[in-house]
Amino acid sequence: MPDYSLNPPLPNRVTLFASCMVDQLAPSVGESAVDVLEHLGVSVEFLDNQTCCGQPAFNSGFRSEALPVGTRFIELFEQVDGPIVVPSGSCAAMVRNYYRDLFRDDPKLLERSSRVAERVFELIEFISRFFGTEAIIGQLNTSATYHKCCHLLREIGIDGEPSAMLSNIEGLEMIPLERADVCCGFGGAFSVKMPDISSAILDEKLDFIEATGSSTVIAADMGCIYQMQGGLRRRGSDVQVLHIAQILAESLRNGSSHGAAL
Amino acid sequence: MKPVTINFRSKAAQTLADAQIQQSIEHVYTGFFKGRLLAAAETDNWEDLRTKGKAIKDHTIAHLDYYLGMLADSVEKNGGRVFFAADAAEARQYIIDLAHKRNIKTVIKSKSMVSEEMGLAEAMNTEGFETVETDLGEYIIQLANETPYHLIAPAVHKSRSDVAKLLDDDYKDGDRIPDATELTMMARKKLRGVFERADMSVTGVNFAVAESGSIALVTNEGNGRMSTTVPRVHVAVMGMEKIIPSIQDLSTMLRILIRSATGQRISTYVTMVNGSRKFDEEEGPEEFHLVIMDNGRQKLLEDPQMRESLNCIRCGACLNACPVYRKVGGHAYGWVYPGPIGAIVSPVMTGVKDASNLPSASSLCGACHDACPVKINIPRMLLELRWRTAEGSTDKDERTSSAKERGIWKAWRVGMMGRKRFDIGSRLANLAMRPLAKNGWLKKAPPPISGWTSTRDFPTISARSLKSKLSKRSKGGK
Repeated sequence: MPDYSLNPPLPNRVTLFASCMVDQLAPSVGESAVDVLEHLGVSVEFLDNQTCCGQPAFNSGFRSEALPVGTRFIELFEQVDGPIVVPSGSCAAMVRNYYRDLFRDDPKLLERSSRVAERVFELIEFISRFFGTEAIIGQLNTSATYHKCCHLLREIGIDGEPSAMLSNIEGLEMIPLERADVCCGFGGAFSVKMPDISSAILDEKLDFIEATGSSTVIAADMGCIYQMQGGLRRRGSDVQVLHIAQILAESLRNGSSHGAAL
Repeated sequence: MKPVTINFRSKAAQTLADAQIQQSIEHVYTGFFKGRLLAAAETDNWEDLRTKGKAIKDHTIAHLDYYLGMLADSVEKNGGRVFFAADAAEARQYIIDLAHKRNIKTVIKSKSMVSEEMGLAEAMNTEGFETVETDLGEYIIQLANETPYHLIAPAVHKSRSDVAKLLDDDYKDGDRIPDATELTMMARKKLRGVFERADMSVTGVNFAVAESGSIALVTNEGNGRMSTTVPRVHVAVMGMEKIIPSIQDLSTMLRILIRSATGQRISTYVTMVNGSRKFDEEEGPEEFHLVIMDNGRQKLLEDPQMRESLNCIRCGACLNACPVYRKVGGHAYGWVYPGPIGAIVSPVMTGVKDASNLPSASSLCGACHDACPVKINIPRMLLELRWRTAEGSTDKDERTSSAKERGIWKAWRVGMMGRKRFDIGSRLANLAMRPLAKNGWLKKAPPPISGWTSTRDFPTISARSLKSKLSKRSKGGK
């Protein structure tokens, strides 16, 4: 990955890689991501032809189905320059860490995919890397706890940054979550294929969430968010699970007079 | 041990429903997992140690034939005998024949996962040798007639009252539950006589040092030390990957093994064995044999995508870190090696087809990769094996996916290959879901989503995609 920090001009234009889940299930998360980026003075381009990076099939072992979808992704995103930002650590990890396995038998595609991959950033990673964790100062009166989504944490390496960013939101009381870095049990097709195991892992997570007494759980990947929200709803709980982009955007709407854009 | 990897789903379900085991197994997180984090943080160069450990193992496995030759020469120079066993049966037979030839009556075993591969204790008992496990956890498992639950804590699933029942025939439910010290004393009393009369020992090998022919054993109970010094014949058994080039490497490997396994800085005992008693020595066994076993490891070695799994030093850290292992327990994995490492080595060593559920039973959270002292990229290999079982990528016969499953992914691909189809598909899904949904969530859904809705509400597809929302926004609306 190029080290932009040595060359300070901040990116003022990015391409949004929505991820198929945000695109079709949670468009409001995508809009929030755009709001936050625009607040930082970054204009956001959206490629209308995007669909998916291929991760669902790849993770299920169906690489021959994932391959054309991944190739399509590369062909689409190599048409634009500059950073590609995705509000999902999991999709970022697919392109950055697993395309090298998906394309390993095709040296040309492998090379092209690595050129695209080095421009892909997860949203929080992008903001904290180029603008710092103190770039967004908003306001939100609620209590919340933060769950560390596995792929953002372990595949992308973003650990303390989200909490640091959330700590700058005035009025937001963050309550520590026990075992915040333990998986929620989602795992894509695993959650459907082995629901009993997936749910047993989820139950432990939800017990810890409920023990915090907070009304909101913040996370950074839609799969994990739906796993936790779906489980909480089934328990009859009112706790809301929100994407960190939604929290940041909402806090900016409340505290725009207070927060300062760069 | 006969693999029963095919029973993963039913075994896992049993364990999920067993409240006592769920409680006992918590210890692998609260004890071992947290202990490892503390022990690693105490070093000022943990990541460097892991990197070095990985480099040592990568190098050794890349030159395995060379180092195995060196090890065999060194052991023989020290007066020991080396036997290369192609499989578990050959290894078992060598040890049984040896015991017959030496008129052995009692065999003491210290903990060894390789001997579990051989089913050695059971086979030797059947042959008429009194064969007793001397590691406390293994002893409990032997009394219970079970297989180990964990690489370093074989009886971690047993409660104290379970153990009391096994050690004391008169113990009944409702009696006062002895504490760990009392239980250990009960076992010690039973085992002391066995140690005294043992004329042969079988131990494992944590590391075999090629240049010196030394065997390093890491234990906490002293049974390993007794096993290597008391009986007149000592047989050490190892998988052919458990080798390091030099004694300097041992320093790195012991540090990462012990801190990763139990969270100790160093185990109570680290025993180094350099073969049998020399002419000027007063103690030690008269004979030393080293059995080096393949039993499927060659398959891993020849498999470039899976070879890295031979770097494993069997510390168990990936099990402790694994949210799936902590719910389904060790027996679900159906062979000697449970947890994430078992999910990658068992399919190759015992057959991918029967074991196809093992690589699928993972959320790919990556905690195993993070915990591994030699940085084995387990998630990558789980995905590799999923490819083999889904599509038969390396061998058509290994394909276990159903036609229905293949059809779903084919349809998925078609839907993802064009934005129009993608939008139409989503629109149709939204229309189909809407009448069934309440506040945007489904309580029940048809297959394949029914797996999800059995325990969780399912979100409906949005009526409008991000694309349509953003295009409206750029036209001035919001």
